[in-house]
Amino acid sequence: MNKPLEHPSIADPKARYRAGVLKYKEMGYWRPDYEPADTDVIAVFRITPQEGVDPEEAAAAVAGESSTATWTVVWTDRLTASDSYRAKAYRVDAVPNTGAGTPNEAQYFAWIAYDLDLFEEGSIANLTASIIGNVFGFKPLKALRLEDMRIPVAYLKTFQGPPTGIVVERERLDKFGRPLLGATMKPKLGLSGKNYGRVVFEALTGGLDFTKDDENINSQPFMHWRDRFLFCMEAVNSAAARSGEVKGHYLNVTAATMEDMYERAEFAKELGSSIVMIDLVVGWTAIQSMAKWARRNDVILHMHRAGHSTYTRQRNHGVSFRVIAKWLRMAGVDHLHAGTAVGKLEGDPATVQGYYNVCRDTHTKADLSRGLFVDQPWASLRRVMPVASGGIHAGQMHQLLDLFGDDVVLQFGGGTIGHPMGIQAGATANRVALESMVKARNEGRDIRNEGPDILIAAAKRCAPLAQALDTWKDVTFNYASTDTPDFVATPTAA
Amino acid sequence: MRLTQGTFSFLPDLTDAEIAAQVAYALSRGWACSVEHTDDPHPRNTYWTMWGPPMFDLPDAAGVMLEVNACRKAFPRHYVKVNAFDNSKGVESIQLSFIVQRPAEEPGFGLARSEDAGRTLRYRVHSYATDRPEGQRY
Repeated sequence: MNKPLEHPSIADPKARYRAGVLKYKEMGYWRPDYEPADTDVIAVFRITPQEGVDPEEAAAAVAGESSTATWTVVWTDRLTASDSYRAKAYRVDAVPNTGAGTPNEAQYFAWIAYDLDLFEEGSIANLTASIIGNVFGFKPLKALRLEDMRIPVAYLKTFQGPPTGIVVERERLDKFGRPLLGATMKPKLGLSGKNYGRVVFEALTGGLDFTKDDENINSQPFMHWRDRFLFCMEAVNSAAARSGEVKGHYLNVTAATMEDMYERAEFAKELGSSIVMIDLVVGWTAIQSMAKWARRNDVILHMHRAGHSTYTRQRNHGVSFRVIAKWLRMAGVDHLHAGTAVGKLEGDPATVQGYYNVCRDTHTKADLSRGLFVDQPWASLRRVMPVASGGIHAGQMHQLLDLFGDDVVLQFGGGTIGHPMGIQAGATANRVALESMVKARNEGRDIRNEGPDILIAAAKRCAPLAQALDTWKDVTFNYASTDTPDFVATPTAA
Repeated sequence: MRLTQGTFSFLPDLTDAEIAAQVAYALSRGWACSVEHTDDPHPRNTYWTMWGPPMFDLPDAAGVMLEVNACRKAFPRHYVKVNAFDNSKGVESIQLSFIVQRPAEEPGFGLARSEDAGRTLRYRVHSYATDRPEGQRY
């Protein structure tokens, strides 16, 4: 094996393409002088190099392995305009509170630019096959995490995006000025179609806007999909007639094959369902296919992020959920579970608010205190309605409204169905708590501090809310988050 | 039944002071208020009758309340709502919409079902109010 040379980016082509092994830096993947173009895809990786691996070399290796490089020099590079196809690591920053003098091993943020021509238009599968394809198993790194991406407008414009979007969804539902309310049907498994539809009916009649299949409700022995769809639509229509409001149930069309999913989605549409849902585990290509189906058929597409924590939760390795959210907005979903901050599932409040920015902004500004590394213009790609679901209840209404504002679906599953006076009462409690809080906020009250008083006052006129507050008053999930921002907002002199 | 369309229908009917506070909030956000009324509250009745166009240039809540009261006086038995329209980029739609008058008796809706192949049902939500001609519904 040739001894690797010591200086980066070998200029002499004869030396550069001599058979053997070079450092990635020497092959042209480390370019500290490079100015990214507006049309470049930019990726920010968190890298944890193995002992003794220089961070710039590690960054160059990530750039190489996620673009054109292999482990050895190949002369066939010379048949291409190879410099434009090489990704370029152009910046490496030490991660705060890591490395010498801290309890944490050294980590670095590596900024890498990719030429637009590396990617097929409108294909998340192609984008991800490059950016996270091989490189995450690369041996010289102990761990690697994709923290954020800047998708250039030129590339965004090749994607359909959300089939419906926040604005059109609200116009179709005729619901404005407040978060939407939902609930996931419980128990998740075992109910027959008729009993399942009963829970849907009670929750919608009590005041919710939406009910939801859970991620693992597909077509099992206890309830086949067709039976579920028929009973749920009976419940949806009955509740609509009793309230005079548009109601909906997310019918989960996740299935083994694309043909099965289309069959289920078509049936949901035929029955007049305004919305269907799919799970993240169906994969990027299936998601994009369903997004196109939903746009063609005027059906809202709900995305349950089943499985994401396997790669989003650990801070040192995987893909941040903010990146997954960006890809899903491009792929085209209308609803996306994006965390609650206060509920039972992982989520630091500032980090979760960053995900909401990615879903809802027309232009996301870099904000390191929320984990947002880059400016992201959205080029009028429709906005995604985030969904807060998992261990939340009416007593947290002021916190939820304060954290997330109006454009969110608040989903109280246990917090509706587990109500001591019944499911309708649980739904009514949530709706009264929500409307009271929105009204108070609009009247100029400080809901973050006065929220509990506002709820108590509302409960005086609403026995179900009083019961809900009493039942869940002590329920909080105060555990340390594993995924928190590296940068803390500090006050600056004005 | 109680029609629960609009932002605040699960709360007691808003007083005039409470309506004015919501209007003031909308105006403070730069939204334009408008007043609409109907005697057909079907959930898919998108186009209620406009009581004039959105008041884009009206800066104070008292002016909006004058229009609310004029509409309520002209149609004392109709549903009346206030919408707040936001014309900023990326929204260009309604941001708040709430009922400010409802008839004393709300007849509600019937659900008609017709059976189709494969256990499928076709549904039709029917507004009882529309059984009588326009103008005689409440």
